[in-house]
Amino acid sequence: MSLYATRRGANSIATTLCWVAAIFGLAWLFVILIALLYEGVRGLSPAVFTEMTPPPGSAGGLLNAIAGSLIMTIIGVAVGTPLGMLAGTYMAEYGRYTKLTMIVRFINDILLSAPSIVIGLFVYTMLVHPMGHFSAISGAVALALLVVPVVVRTTEDMLLLVPGSMREAASALGAPRAHVVGKVAYRAAKAGLITGVLLAVARVSGETAPLLFTALNNQFWSTDLAAPMASLPVVIFQFALSPYKDWQQLAWTGALLITIAVLALSIAARMLSAGRRKSK
Amino acid sequence: MFSIEPNRRDANGAGQEAGSNMSEVVLQQAASPSVVADRTRVLGRLALVDRIFRQATRAAAVIVLVILGGVIVSLVYGSLPSIRAFGFGFFVSQSWNPVTENFGAAPAIYGTIMTSAIAMLIAVPVGLGIAVFLTELCPYVMRRPIGTAIELLAGIPSIIYGIWGLFVLAPFLQSHVQPALIAAFGDIPVFSMLFAGPPYGIGMLTAGFILAIMVLPFVASISRDVFETVPPVLKEAASGIGCTTWEVMRYVVMPYTRVGVIGGVMLGLGRALGETMAVTFVIGNAHKISGSLLAPGTTISATIANEFTEAVGDLYTSALIELGLILFLITFVVLAIARYMLMRIEQKSA
Repeated sequence: MSLYATRRGANSIATTLCWVAAIFGLAWLFVILIALLYEGVRGLSPAVFTEMTPPPGSAGGLLNAIAGSLIMTIIGVAVGTPLGMLAGTYMAEYGRYTKLTMIVRFINDILLSAPSIVIGLFVYTMLVHPMGHFSAISGAVALALLVVPVVVRTTEDMLLLVPGSMREAASALGAPRAHVVGKVAYRAAKAGLITGVLLAVARVSGETAPLLFTALNNQFWSTDLAAPMASLPVVIFQFALSPYKDWQQLAWTGALLITIAVLALSIAARMLSAGRRKSK
Repeated sequence: MFSIEPNRRDANGAGQEAGSNMSEVVLQQAASPSVVADRTRVLGRLALVDRIFRQATRAAAVIVLVILGGVIVSLVYGSLPSIRAFGFGFFVSQSWNPVTENFGAAPAIYGTIMTSAIAMLIAVPVGLGIAVFLTELCPYVMRRPIGTAIELLAGIPSIIYGIWGLFVLAPFLQSHVQPALIAAFGDIPVFSMLFAGPPYGIGMLTAGFILAIMVLPFVASISRDVFETVPPVLKEAASGIGCTTWEVMRYVVMPYTRVGVIGGVMLGLGRALGETMAVTFVIGNAHKISGSLLAPGTTISATIANEFTEAVGDLYTSALIELGLILFLITFVVLAIARYMLMRIEQKSA
């Protein structure tokens, strides 16, 4: 009987600890979101979206940083997505069982979680150093390099979910392989592919480390791709570590904007793939 | 439907003109040399498109490999001056002096490993607890929302953790937790060294704690996915002979999924080692090894983030790039082991 009691005791201790762990884990999500809302909303005003980043000690907004983030993210995604999709297509459609696919899958998974600051160093030595100055385009390239692994992964996963019988049916009608992929497999996996791109945008839009020494920062409005460009994360980094209250407030507001954007993108991606799962 | 359409229209047109039935059209078509040539041309074009597309996808796959190769080659190339100047001493030297251009990586490597160790010490038990909770204890309707919330925690950019850590967590630890730690462990031999010095707020412990919060969702969600690969029959059998929930987890689920869980933990470790922004905010950026966890320190990524744009001179830049190379090699090995282990559990469940 005492053995039974010990076992039951151990069980209730362990399960209680698991409950505590879950509450502990979730609590941080709420603590962080509440702090962000509390500090960020205070600074929200139209000026944030219409004025440039201010010099220390005066009021201003984040317009140039928001625009810079958008420009570099769009270019990065526009460059990285096709490359990632093609590579993912090769892995799922053409070379599913080849050695190349196995190696690429392994390497891609490593790139997926490789430190992004190293990607920044890579772009610095490849682009910034030879060009002689920091530029928005090298920032965009760094972001593109971060987009590729995400898109490769989701493209491959989603294409592997498309039933082989659909491809066989198209092939039996005489469709060439490129058409089987383009008009049947892509179409069937459309929601999943979009999910991948959304996740990539979410991943990239908060990235700071690779932009620090590629796009650098810019106090003023600039759309020149060959010149340094401001971006929200880098501005947050600079302003948060500054001693000026105005800058710190703008950093919180910027952080709130990024978090909302990233959470919205991830939730949208989730709903897309969830809708797909239900319809299947 | 496909681009054979012009050809089919030809066939229809021919059929209407002749006003005859289908088989005759086919015969006519086969006989007419121009139609045959036309079809050959269309098929040739399709084959060409097919070949181009195939090669393009193949090239893209190769480019992924080239990117990795490029990263390694460029980092090695960039760090050559520093490797030549300092050699192996770079790993053990504690000096970091931009004026005399004398650099050593020991404090940064030590900080990286210590903060990651603190992070894993907290994140692994809590993450496993969450995974057990999600697979066994949680009411069924709550499983998806809670799982999703934890995965969302993984998606929050690291700079958010950084700014929160700097303005919210560090002051809180400084005024509440760290004095208590110093008071509690001040008289115990080993611990008094770990928790020595004034409570700065920022430092190794704070950085490790933020990393733990960041890594937690990865460990939790991968462990949950891995736990779900256990065949229900095994768990039911264990429950059937009278095992408690905990015993089912401890003696059936965990041994079965050990490899996968270790893979997930290593993946989290890879994240913690390479994490930059969150750490940069709260580490304090001090280039010295100190025994106390409350003291400011630095990590490889924080050093690079803080100093790279201000680095003057080739040797300074090169030393920072060599730090990046070291970081990349460490994370590469950790991540490679993680992926290998996760691959094994995938094969097992397939």
